[in-house]
Amino acid sequence: MKRLNSIEDLEVLRQQILEQRKSIRKRVRICGGPGCHSGGGERLIEAFQKLLDEKGVGHEYMVTQTGCHGFCARGPIVVIEPANIFYERVKVERVPEIFERSVLGDDLVDDLLFVSEETGEKIVREKDIPFYAHQERIIFNDTGLTWSTEIDDYIARGGYSALAKVLSGMKPEEVIEEVKISGLRGRGGGGFPTGVKWESCRKAHGEMKYVICNADEGDPGAYMDRALLEGTPHQVIEGMIIGAYAIGAREGYLYCRYEYPLAVKHANRALDQAREYGLLGDNILGTEFCLDMFVNRGAGAFICGESTALMASLEGKLGEPRGKHIHTVEKGLWNRPSNLNNVESWASVPLIVNQGGQWFASIGTERSKGTKIFSVVGKINNTGLVEVAMGTPLRKIVYDIGGGIPGGKRFKAVQTGGPSGGCVPEELIDLAVDFEQLKKAGSMMGSGGMIVMDEDTCMVDVARYFLNFLVQESCGKCVPCRVGVKRMHEIVSNMCEGKAEPGDIEHLEELCDTIQEAALCGLGKSAPNPVASTLRYFRDEYDAHVLEKRCPAKVCKPLLTYEIDTEKCTGCGLCRLRCPEGAIIGAKKECHCIDEELCVRCGICIENCKFGAIYIE
Amino acid sequence: MLKDIDEMLLTSEKKRENLIPILQRIQQRHAYLSPDAMKLVALHLGISSSEVYGVATFYNQFRFHPPGKHQIKVCLGTACHVVGGDIILENFERKLGIKDGETTPDREFSIERVACVGCCALAPVAVVDDVVQACMAPSKVEGILLGFDIERERDEREKQESEASQ
Repeated sequence: MKRLNSIEDLEVLRQQILEQRKSIRKRVRICGGPGCHSGGGERLIEAFQKLLDEKGVGHEYMVTQTGCHGFCARGPIVVIEPANIFYERVKVERVPEIFERSVLGDDLVDDLLFVSEETGEKIVREKDIPFYAHQERIIFNDTGLTWSTEIDDYIARGGYSALAKVLSGMKPEEVIEEVKISGLRGRGGGGFPTGVKWESCRKAHGEMKYVICNADEGDPGAYMDRALLEGTPHQVIEGMIIGAYAIGAREGYLYCRYEYPLAVKHANRALDQAREYGLLGDNILGTEFCLDMFVNRGAGAFICGESTALMASLEGKLGEPRGKHIHTVEKGLWNRPSNLNNVESWASVPLIVNQGGQWFASIGTERSKGTKIFSVVGKINNTGLVEVAMGTPLRKIVYDIGGGIPGGKRFKAVQTGGPSGGCVPEELIDLAVDFEQLKKAGSMMGSGGMIVMDEDTCMVDVARYFLNFLVQESCGKCVPCRVGVKRMHEIVSNMCEGKAEPGDIEHLEELCDTIQEAALCGLGKSAPNPVASTLRYFRDEYDAHVLEKRCPAKVCKPLLTYEIDTEKCTGCGLCRLRCPEGAIIGAKKECHCIDEELCVRCGICIENCKFGAIYIE
Repeated sequence: MLKDIDEMLLTSEKKRENLIPILQRIQQRHAYLSPDAMKLVALHLGISSSEVYGVATFYNQFRFHPPGKHQIKVCLGTACHVVGGDIILENFERKLGIKDGETTPDREFSIERVACVGCCALAPVAVVDDVVQACMAPSKVEGILLGFDIERERDEREKQESEASQ
C-alpha cells in the first residue's frame, strides 16, 4: 500500500481502483451482517470464491462480503449486481446453481426470490421489495454495498472524499457550522445537538483533546451500531477524523463492546488500513493535521454506555458515572476536553459534509432532522434493521416495512429506548416517530431498538424484565438507583408470582417519582421508565395481576396452569415421554392429564404436541 | 500459568489505563482470572490488588473460576425474552443441574446468561462454544446436549480402542 501524501493522491488512487475494476461484469454481494453471518453466510463466501477460482473467471466476476443488508429475517442474503437480483435464505448447497445461472448466465433461480405476501408475485430486484421500498436509506445505505474489510472498496465508492473536502480548505469553524445547520442530534439516545457539542469542545481550553466513539451498544434489542461498525467501519472512522479536525483533537478512541468481537476486528483492521494510507497518523493527506485512533474493548457493563462512565472505563477504572456539573467537552477523559458521539452520529458526518447541512436538514421533522436506523425485532415478520426519515409514522414501520405481526396476532405495543425507554401502545400507532413525539408518549428514542409486542406479551413481565436488567447493571454508586430499583423489582416480581398486595401499584408509583428525581446519572433517572410507561398505558394488566392474581397474556408462570384439551388429545403419549418432570399421566390412546404440582411449565409438551391439545390457562 | 502471565506483563506498559486490556488478555489465554494472577497485575501496575479485584468484579466479562469445557451462553436480550429466552435458559439449567454462572462438577459445561448478543433476528438465541444457535426451542436444548454426549462417548470409545490395540 502506498501512503497518500496529498488530497490529489486520494483521487488518483480512486481512479486507479475504478480502472482496475472496469473488467468486472458482475458482483456478488453476500451479507455478512450479524443475522446472515450466524445463519451460515460465512460458508457462502467460501463456496462462491471456490467456484470463481475453479473456473478462472476472477477478472470478470467478483465476490464481496458486505455488511448488513438489514433484512435479517430472510437471511442469508445474496445480491447479484448490476441487476441487483435478490436471493433470500440461501443455503450453501444452492451456490453452484446460482453461480451457473445468475452469475455466469443471465437467468434467475426462481424459488430463491422474494415472494410478495400481498400479491403472491415474485420480486427480483432488491429495491422493489416492500421492506426496502418504504425506507429512506442514507446512513445505512453503504453497509450492504461495500466490502466491509477492504478500504479500497470504500474509497472506490467515494469514501474519504468528505475528509478530502474538509482538508482542502474548510476551516474547523465551517465544518462545525455545517453540522449545526444539518440539525444532527446525538443518535445514542440523548439527542443533544452534535454541532453545539463540537463547538463547546472546540472552545474548551486545553492542548490535548479527544474524540471518542461510543460503540458500547448495551441496549438489549438494538444492533444497528454493531452492523455499522462491522459493515462500514471506514464511514465511522472518516466521521471521527472530520470531527477531530473540527474540534482540534489529536487522539481518538473507539470504545466497543466485547460481545461484538467481529466489530472490534473490523474496526482494528480499518484503522490499520487508514494508517497505511496516511489517512491517520502524522500529516494526514499531506496537511498539517495529525490524529491517531485506538480501539478499546469494553468489559461488559451496560453503564459504560454513559459518557462519563465510559471515560472512567477508558482510564482503567470502575465504570461509574459522575455528576455532570462540569461537562465532558471541558473535562472528560483524563480531565481533558473530550467529544463523545455515538457510532451512528459519527457515520452521519461524512454525508453531511459531502451533501451539505441543508440537505440533511431537509429530511425529517422540525426539531428532529435526518433519518434514524431502528432495529425492529420481537413479534414481527420482517425482523431487521430499518432506516427511515424522522417523523415516519409508527404504523408504516410496523406494517409496511415490518410486515405486521406473525400468526395474525394483534399488535399490542412497541418498546423503544431499551431499559431507559418505555412502551408505545396500540392506540398511538400513528405516532410520528421522532425525539419529541416519543418523549411525549412517555418513551424515548434511545439508541433505536424497537421491540414489537403482540397480545401474548405480558406488560408486567416486560417491566420486570427491564428492572431485573437494571438491578444487575446498576453500578451501585447512588442509593436511589442501587436500592430503589431493587425494591421496584421485588414489588413487580411479587406481582408476577401472585404475591402482590393491594397498594403495591401506588407504592411503585411513589418509587418511580423518587428515583427519577434523585438518581445521579441518566441511567438511574430513566430506570423507572419501563414501569412508568407500562403503568400509564396498561394499568389494567397490573390490576389483574394484583387483584385477581391473573396474567391476561398468559406469560407469568406462577399464575398459569397447563391443561390438556380432552377433545383434542388422542393419547399418543408423546408429551408423557417428553415431560422432564414426569408430570403427565395417562394410558395409551386415552386422554392424558397434567399433574399441576409436578409441572414446571417448561413448554416442552406444547412444543411436542402434534394436535395442539395442550393449552395454558 | 503464572510464568506465562509474567512474560505477558513484560510486554505491556505500566500504565493504569492498561488494566482492563491486561485482564482481558489474561482471561483470553487462561479462561479466568486467578487471585495470584490479579496480584501479579497489581504488582506490575503499582496499584493494590484490591483495586484490581474491584475493577475486575465490576465488569461482567471477567470470571474468577475456570469455566466448563463447553460454554453455553443464553441470550436474554429483550427480543429473546419476548419469545421465551428464559424458557431456554431454564431448560439448559434443568438438563445440566446447574444454575447460570455455574459449572458442572465434571467441568464439562458452564452456563452464563448474556444480555443481547446482537442477533435479535434469530431469537431466541444461545451461543454454544462461540457458535450462534438460532431459533432455540426446548427440544433443541436436548439436541445440543445429546450431541455433546455422543461426541464424548465416541471419544472415550476411541480412546479405549486405541489403548486396547496398544
